[in-house]
Amino acid sequence: MTTQTTAPTEEFNGHLEGQKLFKKWYSDLETGRERGEKVANVFVMGNAIEILRCFDFNLVFPEINALQTGVRKVSEDYLRDSEDYGYSPDVCSYVKADVGLILREQKHPAGLIPKADIAIMSNMCATFIKWGEIWERMLNTPTFSLDLPGQRAGNWKVRPGDAQHIADAQWIESQFRDLIDRCEKITGKRFDIDRLAEVEDRVNRMVKHWNNVMALNRVSPAPYNAMLDGLTYIGIMNVYRGTEEGVEYMRRLEESLRAKVARGEGRVPNERFRLLFSGTPCYVSMRRLVELFETWGGVFAYSDYLTFAAGGMDAGEMEYDTSRPLESLAEVTALAAHRGLSNQFFAHERLAQQIRDYDVDGIVFHGIKSCRFVSSGMADTRNFLTNEMSVPSLYIESDLIDPRYWSDAQIKNRVDAFFESLKQRGGSAITAGKEAATTTQETQA
Amino acid sequence: MKYFGGVDVGSTQTKAVILNEEGQLVGRALLDMETSMVTIAQDAFDKCLEDAGLTADQITRIGSTGYGRYNVTFGHQQVTEISCHARGAVYLFPKTRTVIDIGGQDTKAIAVKPDGQVADFTMNDKCAAGTGRFLGAASYALELSLGELGALALKSQNPVRITTTCTVFAESEIISHLAKGILPEDVLMGVHQAITSRCVSLARRVGINPEVTFTGGVSRNIAMVKLIEQEIGMPLNVSPDAHFCGALGAALMARDYVLNGGQAVETAAAEAA
Repeated sequence: MTTQTTAPTEEFNGHLEGQKLFKKWYSDLETGRERGEKVANVFVMGNAIEILRCFDFNLVFPEINALQTGVRKVSEDYLRDSEDYGYSPDVCSYVKADVGLILREQKHPAGLIPKADIAIMSNMCATFIKWGEIWERMLNTPTFSLDLPGQRAGNWKVRPGDAQHIADAQWIESQFRDLIDRCEKITGKRFDIDRLAEVEDRVNRMVKHWNNVMALNRVSPAPYNAMLDGLTYIGIMNVYRGTEEGVEYMRRLEESLRAKVARGEGRVPNERFRLLFSGTPCYVSMRRLVELFETWGGVFAYSDYLTFAAGGMDAGEMEYDTSRPLESLAEVTALAAHRGLSNQFFAHERLAQQIRDYDVDGIVFHGIKSCRFVSSGMADTRNFLTNEMSVPSLYIESDLIDPRYWSDAQIKNRVDAFFESLKQRGGSAITAGKEAATTTQETQA
Repeated sequence: MKYFGGVDVGSTQTKAVILNEEGQLVGRALLDMETSMVTIAQDAFDKCLEDAGLTADQITRIGSTGYGRYNVTFGHQQVTEISCHARGAVYLFPKTRTVIDIGGQDTKAIAVKPDGQVADFTMNDKCAAGTGRFLGAASYALELSLGELGALALKSQNPVRITTTCTVFAESEIISHLAKGILPEDVLMGVHQAITSRCVSLARRVGINPEVTFTGGVSRNIAMVKLIEQEIGMPLNVSPDAHFCGALGAALMARDYVLNGGQAVETAAAEAA
């Protein structure tokens, strides 16, 4: 299948159009129950939504609900509710915001969140399984847990097509078949393999545009900020994956960014420093964080979060073979799971490549107070980048959505000192005029 | 003769210095923090002018640093205390490669390149454990002045282990040890060891390379100097002006700016390297 080509639409605003799509998604969630539509809770990684789409489930992303409370500056209210209920301040703030949502009878600032008919968990994050147990206890939600194999030993990698990869994929495929049985029982609909192929085709097309969008930020000036604009893009990538609306959004986004690159427009008027953000974002203070960097002419050209949260789709080998949809879904899921679960063993290799690809002057690590798991390994990675690549780095710490962990004066001080040292190094190492077009994938037939 | 000012508005104290164009310190002032950062900055600088025997119109350029650097309304340039402490430390001890600065609420370790540039830095977490505030809690609990702590701690024969990592709880832990009859010097030595452990851990993250220069108000504490030296296995450079190191760095950068014809100096070259 090919992508439709239309006249350039330079007025397309990826941020505003993304917001519209989010609003529509929340609205559809709220009204779906009236239409008798079934609901599935899914996490961003390891979620099998390609299968769920075949059964017309409305998808609820509890992580996105949680981060949206941060973006909308009400997360502290939800967190305090869960702490009043008995949760420790150290518990994952996403989980606590979701518990707060349950305690508020599913009332979210974006609308009423429907209760799920099934929740898909996986081991992609150690917390997912426990989170699902909370739904079982508090809401009687039926759950389905996917066991996705990850790292088994240091310095060992699964490569596409090797024996371990095939074995992992077969194990995952057998679980998908169980999931299909469950979905058939819940919805009363028969599974249609051709429909799965159609969903996968849409994912393939969306991912091609996504990868091109990522590659376009290799030019200087970078057309978008990976930590502000990029978070809207990844949100659409997750929520609308496998839909025609998602493909169209990503196609128009790519088109608009190409036009911006052609005009030489950058996100920052006078780009001086190109940076890479490593770690999970601080949604509650994202604008402020970006402002602290942009004041110095610093732009986040890339964020490894965009690799993570897209399930590693930009790795270049995550394309579905629609002639064998279920097997291919299992194979891609096995690779994506391995990339996610093994990340801390190989983060330095991945970041080293991204530093080269995006020609960055420095890297910013963001540790998460309420998730030490995701912050582990950062010290090793920092040491590697400092000692082996002489790449300057900055470590800051706050939280996903807990504003109580954001200390503005301290973070500003660290950011300012980081830029002072970058300036002392002689400024940015920007390579002007680099062509992005040569690095992007062909999306037109 | 041209003169240059540096004002370091920190969390607990404000420091001001004046340099002449040859880089000699001709005035110093130190004031405890008050409610208004704007007022304290002005008061400290006025006192510094008095100390130098100069008037404000004789000062060519003023740099400010510290958390309150943007509150120095009469300042011409603002630089973080990380860069300023590195600049000041290399000025005081040109072979400095590592700076340990312990102030009222911040502890920082800075790796310095041979030419005086900041190579890397790390600071304490959003918590005052391991900072001067920790000593403040001890002095309050023991009803001693900050100046008395170091000498008394060095008399300790059986230091206790302070286990809490919270400055607020440290006070109750200290009181609890005293209530058990443990000698004040043994409790105090435990407090000093806890701070040493934290600050040396920070320094190890950026790498401890000689020479190591100790700056900030806590560098005046003789027990802290001794314990850090023992822990890192090398001597510390401690200047009588170490407390003013941030303000000194700010003044040096203001001087650099003027001596370089009005260009912002982005390379803090070692003064005597």
